[in-house]
Amino acid sequence: MNLRSFLGGTHVPHSKEATAAKPIREARLPAKVTIPLHQHTGAPCEPLVKVGDHVLVGQKIGDSPAKLTAPVHASVSGKVAAIGYYLQSGGRLVNSIVIESDGEQQLSPDVRPRGTVEDLSSEDIVNIIREAGIVGLGGAAFPTYFKLVPPPGKKFDTLVINGSECEPYLTADHRIMLERPDDIVYGIKALMKAARVGRAFVGIEDNKPDAIEAIRRAVSGVPGIEVVALATKYPQGAEKQLVKAILGREIPSGGLPVDVGVVVNNVGTAAAVADALKEGMPLVERVVTVAGSCVREPQNLRVRIGTSIGELIEECGGFVKEPAKVIIGGPMMGVAQFSLDVPVTKGTSGVLALSRGEVEAEDVSMPCVRCGKCVEVCPMRLLPLFISQRAEAGRFDEAEEYNALDCIECGSCSYICPSRRPLVQAIRLAKSEIMARRRKKQ
Amino acid sequence: MIYLKAILSLAGLGAVFGIMLGLAAKKFAVESDPRIEKITGVLPGANCGGCGYPGCSGLASAIVGGSAPVDGCPVGGQAVADKIAGIMGIQAVHARERQVARVMCGGGADKASSRFAYIGIKDCRAAELVSGGPKACTFGCLGFGTCVKACPFGAIEMGSDGLPVIDEIKCTGCGKCIAACPRGIIALVPVSKRTHVLCRSHARGAEVRKVCKVGCIGCGICVKTCPNSAIVLEDNLARIIPDKCDNCGKCIEKCPTKCITMANESDSRVAVEAGVGASGRPSTRNEDSAGCCVAK
Repeated sequence: MNLRSFLGGTHVPHSKEATAAKPIREARLPAKVTIPLHQHTGAPCEPLVKVGDHVLVGQKIGDSPAKLTAPVHASVSGKVAAIGYYLQSGGRLVNSIVIESDGEQQLSPDVRPRGTVEDLSSEDIVNIIREAGIVGLGGAAFPTYFKLVPPPGKKFDTLVINGSECEPYLTADHRIMLERPDDIVYGIKALMKAARVGRAFVGIEDNKPDAIEAIRRAVSGVPGIEVVALATKYPQGAEKQLVKAILGREIPSGGLPVDVGVVVNNVGTAAAVADALKEGMPLVERVVTVAGSCVREPQNLRVRIGTSIGELIEECGGFVKEPAKVIIGGPMMGVAQFSLDVPVTKGTSGVLALSRGEVEAEDVSMPCVRCGKCVEVCPMRLLPLFISQRAEAGRFDEAEEYNALDCIECGSCSYICPSRRPLVQAIRLAKSEIMARRRKKQ
Repeated sequence: MIYLKAILSLAGLGAVFGIMLGLAAKKFAVESDPRIEKITGVLPGANCGGCGYPGCSGLASAIVGGSAPVDGCPVGGQAVADKIAGIMGIQAVHARERQVARVMCGGGADKASSRFAYIGIKDCRAAELVSGGPKACTFGCLGFGTCVKACPFGAIEMGSDGLPVIDEIKCTGCGKCIAACPRGIIALVPVSKRTHVLCRSHARGAEVRKVCKVGCIGCGICVKTCPNSAIVLEDNLARIIPDKCDNCGKCIEKCPTKCITMANESDSRVAVEAGVGASGRPSTRNEDSAGCCVAK
């Protein structure tokens, strides 16, 4: 079959069997939630409530006047028990609001239908998306409203919807596509109107034929939306690779999809947009894949934002055996956790408890043998071995000349490396140092 | 005959080009201030960049050009400043007191706990990017020795407890280690000021106690004890104002967590007496090399 794809990339084991066929289950209502005020790219929010306040589901509890931010909402009804710094998945302490649930799940009066795509203007939709606190649910948590308005002098012509879900283990998007295809299509129509584009493509990897079929059925008769089957290859869901695969357009070095007239959103984000329009429900819950060989009953859970990942694992029957690593996100790009007492945030796509056979847990790195495999798989066509070598030697200016900043940190190079070198970590170090030096120069 | 031809023609070519080059050198000679070369000669020659100029010759040009002071080299100290003043033909200035770097963290491996096992590049900056580093105290020294690699003078070594030890004899105060440390734990202080709070944690006392035996808990006892009012409490952390401190040591006695110490009591003093650096290598510091222990 002649499937569209991109150059480079790797074929990683999918490991999606455990959860792909199981319907999404509603998670238990947590006794308390810890909602970080900074779960997105951009400025952190300021709390809008005080300790002791009674809050309702969907009530806005944090916002910021900054240009790039996303408000946060109460995911349970109950009493604000504390506001303070709590551990978040990145290992940092983040200002958070702790709400003790009263079990009533009483809706805030702000949660009401906002109108239909036909009646609302582009500005209205962008505003509703902002007020609903919607961010990219693929994992990057970039505020969606911000992406929908092109910078002055630029224009969108195409919306690309990402349903490829190329990370192993994760099936949250897959299940959403199977269970809510009509909501996704409704959300796509809203996003098309908001971005003022006439056509949209939904890219789905061909290892999910049922999802391709479901979305195809839902878009039949809807003008301008087309489903594209993509080759199953990691990182097919990275936005630059996705745009290249579907439209053949290459995003320039240091650029964004808007530079080629494209805006990219996730299928989960489209479903969240539908919720925000139809019910007025802000982003207070999301689907999280809980999987890995150490979890007793792997499954997809619909989870209230702020629930601790320890509770999710308990709900899935706890650990079968001591995991080597617990990872938030996918195994390729996710972050290993040292505590189970961290909350699910808007960007949490999965919680994986992996055993020694599934993930590396020892320092086994050996010297580079110059085999060039990392060069072969790099989807950005970079030279990971040279960038990492320069970074480890502290020669960050040379790393910059090798275009370290173009690295999307997909992890393909580290995955394929026969010497098990921490290539992405070294490149990340180079990126951080290069950016720090640029800031210093300004 | 053949040999003679070859020798003559080559010798002729040599003579012609020699004369041409000689004339060109005269005609196109670039006027340069001889003082630049002289000053470059007295500067340490480590090209450490501590002065803010690209290498020693960069500073020399800046001094001659008038944009840098004669005591602009933080490494050379008074001796080099005097020599440069002599070359420039101006009154020798009184160079400021020699500054040395000090590690403001006492939480070594035996005193501070860690929160996860770190597998990855042995570099503090890289470790800091992984969930904020493995150390339970998010302010404390990570101990991977990035400062050791950054020091152009070989003045830093890792101690047995996983904290860097700065040899104050070799340290020239260039500030390279400060720029390399992702946690801002190293500070430049005047060499005569020896009393320091070896903690940078702004966490509350209870949290500090959980993660480190020798962290500042912000109790304020030192502030009350100090007869010179040289200590202030800022955001849960005691800070000594160097100008007011006279090294009386009263705060050290009273500090409940022993995070205030007299600098380099053991390592450096022994080193000074024995005439060797903390590394055991003979100290090369003398008046001529003025702190430079990198081969010129």
